[in-house]
Amino acid sequence: MAQLISRLRLWRGFVLLLAGIYFAVPLGASVLFSVDNPMTKTWSLRAYTQLLGAPGFTDSLRLSLELAVVTVAILLLLLVPAMVATRLGAPKLRPVLELICSIPLVVPVVALTTGIIGVLRWGPDYLSNTPLFQTILAIQNPTFPVVLVIAYVLMALPFAYRSIDAGLGAVDVKTLVEAARSCGASFPRAVFSVVVPNLRTALLNASALTVALVLGEYTTASILGFTPFTVWIAANGKNDGQMSVAVSILSLMIVWIVLLLISAAGRERGRKSAAS
Amino acid sequence: MTTTPLPAPPTGVPLHPGSATVEFRSLRRAFGTTTALDGLDLTVHPGELLALLGPSGCGKTTALRILAGFESHDSGEVLVDGEDVTKIPAHKRDAGMVFQSYSLFPHLTAAENVAFGLKMRGSSKADRRKRAMELLELVGLPQRAEHYPHQMSGGQQQRIALARALALQPRVLLLDEPLSALDAKVRLNLREEIRRLQQDLGITTLFVTHDQEEALSMADRVAVLRAGRLEQCATPSELYARPTTAFVAEFVGTMSRIPATRSGDGVEVLGRRHAVDGVVPADGELEVLVRPENVGLTAAAAGSAVVVGASFLGAVTRLTVRLPEGTEVKVDLATEQAALLPVGGNAELTLPDRPVLVDRRTNSGQ
Repeated sequence: MAQLISRLRLWRGFVLLLAGIYFAVPLGASVLFSVDNPMTKTWSLRAYTQLLGAPGFTDSLRLSLELAVVTVAILLLLLVPAMVATRLGAPKLRPVLELICSIPLVVPVVALTTGIIGVLRWGPDYLSNTPLFQTILAIQNPTFPVVLVIAYVLMALPFAYRSIDAGLGAVDVKTLVEAARSCGASFPRAVFSVVVPNLRTALLNASALTVALVLGEYTTASILGFTPFTVWIAANGKNDGQMSVAVSILSLMIVWIVLLLISAAGRERGRKSAAS
Repeated sequence: MTTTPLPAPPTGVPLHPGSATVEFRSLRRAFGTTTALDGLDLTVHPGELLALLGPSGCGKTTALRILAGFESHDSGEVLVDGEDVTKIPAHKRDAGMVFQSYSLFPHLTAAENVAFGLKMRGSSKADRRKRAMELLELVGLPQRAEHYPHQMSGGQQQRIALARALALQPRVLLLDEPLSALDAKVRLNLREEIRRLQQDLGITTLFVTHDQEEALSMADRVAVLRAGRLEQCATPSELYARPTTAFVAEFVGTMSRIPATRSGDGVEVLGRRHAVDGVVPADGELEVLVRPENVGLTAAAAGSAVVVGASFLGAVTRLTVRLPEGTEVKVDLATEQAALLPVGGNAELTLPDRPVLVDRRTNSGQ
């Protein structure tokens, strides 16, 4: 038995090493390429400094982060009550909800975007004499394109659904809600005070996946003509090989930092609630 | 029922909750084509511990959940102190509940769990803390105040759940099979603990269980339910000694069925005439129902019964005896007496000189 465990450990280490090499070598090579100055045979951060100083960097990054925050908020506000309600009141509807949330997986992003373009084109003609006309215009405001949030919510639905569903599966939602209600909590308060805190990890995972999706999404934003961070870095990395690699590295770093911050926030909150 | 006054708690709020009268009146509930409650009529007196006992699907949990407000009813009334509570939402019903599955909130400590209801009611943090500690003291777990549910055993979690249910001084305490997930020894300790607390606090308590031993040992009265209807509600001793139906007789304790024939207004069993407790069914073949401890058995070489099995139960040994026509009868004898009746030996079976319960013959013939 001990021999088997030792072999398994060895095998695990080997697999981890292979995976590490698979991810680290291209990244390391990219970093080296982006800081290499072949003329002077020295290292230089020129590509990064040019990138950070380029016009539109801060605006596009801020737009992407804002889109991510709003997308996460809307997604969770939509999904959590719907999923808790189906678990408690209509368990037979769970497969229906799962199917609806999985549809974006089989709809190509280009097809979704084409559909959105169709609606945006059709809207002004048919809604010109209604209050919805202003709405159609407002959701395309380049300062904060709500239409992108709508698209991102749809795209993130399958990932967020699975994450929250796994979280709900790990706790006995029905009994917890009933226990809270027998202690004098109204239904919404029972869900907010008892169910949501026990879904913290699942909600963080759903948020992290959504943030990663929003910060990395290019197709829809580009076709619809908006400039979040991904579109900006693609446009600014075209003319210079080193800068385009620097853009990729920077983009990865930003996504990683945001995900680490989300994860750290969750852990910190967990520690605080454990200590209180 | 004995009531011992509890010491006055430091918060100044007595631990004694109000004790209510609970009445189920013609309560009906169906789930699709399945009838869970078929006109249940039952009254629980103030300060009483009433056990709802019955097989799976008899409606006992449905009745409790309707009283708690977690289930709706089709018709009938549920009265608490004369007031119909069926329109009142669950969180305003003033009923504390302990669930079958461990229902402590995993993200809160034991003290926070106990104080949860007080927080919902808007009590100050200091009051909540004091009160939680009093209740933890009451269930004997003050040292676990800062522990999370996953750091406690099943028995400890159920005690905390009990403290949480009592925190708001409910008028009614509802226990939905709170011991069924625990191992035998813990279950035994906890049922004594629950009974002691219930008697100390004098709180009206409904206890759902399918375990007859649990019901008989804890309850002031036991209500036996069958197919959504009340079969019998009586004290444990009355229920055991004088069951009014064959179902109750066989559900509570062990019964053997012995073929019998009509004889005037009584029955003839094993060649002797016996008076009948209750009514004799007008038609069909008959059987009498007898408890193992009420059957006499003596070793007799010429006896028509044969001992076919023996189960050692400690002070008592339960023998299985086969009659000539194939009927098997359980007989409880003191172990030293049972030692004189080896398996395979012949014996003479006798019934007590008291009225017997009679039922139509079942298919099993047992």
